[in-house]
Amino acid sequence: MILSRLGLGVMTLVAVSAVVFFSMALLPGDVAQQMLGRAGTPEAVATLRHDLGLDRPIGQRYVSWLSGILHGDFGRSLASGRPIAQIAKGRLLNTLFLASFAAIISIPLSVGLGILAALYRRRAADTAINLITLLAISLPEFLIAYLLIYLFTVKAGWAPSLAIVGADTPLPERLHKTILPVMTLTFAVAAHMTRLTRAAIVNVLSSSYIEMAHLKGLSPWRIIVRHAVPNALGPIVNVVVLNLAYLIVGVVVVEVVFTYPGLGQLMVDSVSKRDLPLVQASCLIFAATYITLNLLADLLSIVFDPRILSRPGS
Amino acid sequence: MKSAPASARFGLIVVAGYGALAVLAPILAPYGETQIVGLEFADWSAQHWLGTDDLGRDVLSRLLYGARNTIGIAVLTTAIAALIGGVAGLVAGSLRGWVDQVLGRLVDVLMAVPSLILTLLMLAIFGTSVVSMILIIALIESTRIFRLARALAMGIGLFDYVTTARLRGEGLAWIVFREILPNASAPLIAEFGLRFSFVFLFIATLSFLGLGIQPPTADWGSMVRDNATLIAYGQMAPLLPAAAIALLTVAVNFIVDWLVHQSSGLAD
Repeated sequence: MILSRLGLGVMTLVAVSAVVFFSMALLPGDVAQQMLGRAGTPEAVATLRHDLGLDRPIGQRYVSWLSGILHGDFGRSLASGRPIAQIAKGRLLNTLFLASFAAIISIPLSVGLGILAALYRRRAADTAINLITLLAISLPEFLIAYLLIYLFTVKAGWAPSLAIVGADTPLPERLHKTILPVMTLTFAVAAHMTRLTRAAIVNVLSSSYIEMAHLKGLSPWRIIVRHAVPNALGPIVNVVVLNLAYLIVGVVVVEVVFTYPGLGQLMVDSVSKRDLPLVQASCLIFAATYITLNLLADLLSIVFDPRILSRPGS
Repeated sequence: MKSAPASARFGLIVVAGYGALAVLAPILAPYGETQIVGLEFADWSAQHWLGTDDLGRDVLSRLLYGARNTIGIAVLTTAIAALIGGVAGLVAGSLRGWVDQVLGRLVDVLMAVPSLILTLLMLAIFGTSVVSMILIIALIESTRIFRLARALAMGIGLFDYVTTARLRGEGLAWIVFREILPNASAPLIAEFGLRFSFVFLFIATLSFLGLGIQPPTADWGSMVRDNATLIAYGQMAPLLPAAAIALLTVAVNFIVDWLVHQSSGLAD
């Protein structure tokens, strides 16, 4: 079961890499001609075709592209001519820093709020949490980001609105500069996590052993913490990891708003420049991270609830 | 309708209001969509109720035309997605066999990549134009509708009246559109609302990134992007389009919430 899940994950990765690679071939006409546009002299088009490897059969190109990536060679960027691995490495580390910082704050916050909402189900605190999280889900990320900039940069002057960091930025300065992007991400992700945590606990609360605990006269707090949470842990861990996957994608908009030098901003820039090799590489990195986290979520559910293994038909 | 909770009624009123504004935009707007009427970044005044933007265009007029463009494109995209995903899903669910297998695996792969990332890749390949954006998002969103429609068709396909129709020798089109679709419409409509609010936010985000609806067309996402510099000077005006986006999304979510509760009959 675990092995077959791992195998499925690897197969998904290979299939996604094929989609990423072969979708370029969907473009009608010649890619090199299209990318150069009117400026494309026959010589320039021929050079670009050679640089992109378009003069070789597509199957062969796919295999050499994929094996290159497995060896850490993502090819060269069209816009700058530098190796993609070199450009993307620092960007990826920045993005991972931002996402982990946001995760450290949002996970305890939303699990706590979710438990609180479940504890005070259908009371004022629950209604308030429900309304606020629904609102947070509906707000575009850039609105949250600009509202925070308005409040904390323009009005209060506490935090910078630009999060431009370099490899040598010391940690305290880095933390200070990324505080607003992290708050934006936390707001967006915590809303989902809180709602799903609440749902997971409420689901467990309807079982008969919880009713028994009520009838024994246990306090609601003890019922939640000692009886409900351990059994809801599987779904909660699942929700948390799935939201980490969401976080990796959610960084794209946040990085653009705060001009944070991460992989998401790099990808958006490359889309406007139509720097295809760079877009394909970032797409593959994002997709691989996303698929790996999804796989991790499945495996962790098995760890926290081994009954899944013996359930027929799963 | 009478049994609808306050939040759903509020949602319905807001959605109706947006629809009216979008339809009546050319009549209500005091100036043209791309007409330059004064200095850049003018303050709120009697001539320009909400001031002017970075090129000296009337913000109120652009906001009204923006309702038309942003909502119109989102509705069109969702409709195409529902058509592709709905038909493919119902057919796959009632035919089963290799058609179902092929479509199902294809959808699995497309859903394994986050939609924003996949959209960015496709936009890099096909270029950033409104037509390619609509088609790309419609295709990606249709995977979600496909999953639901397929599951519904498989469930409904087990009922006796569908078996009867099959034995009677009815064709695939009859079974899908006359037997299954009418009984799958309630959850599909709720899903349509949910997908609309997602597509709407998604297009606004792409336009905000400069990769969606292109200038000079008025649209709420790019309006935020173009005027964002004003926020640094303590002005809230650039956030009006973003607030308009948020209000509509909240309203649609309220309605969908109510529809889902109605069709599932759950309290929690």
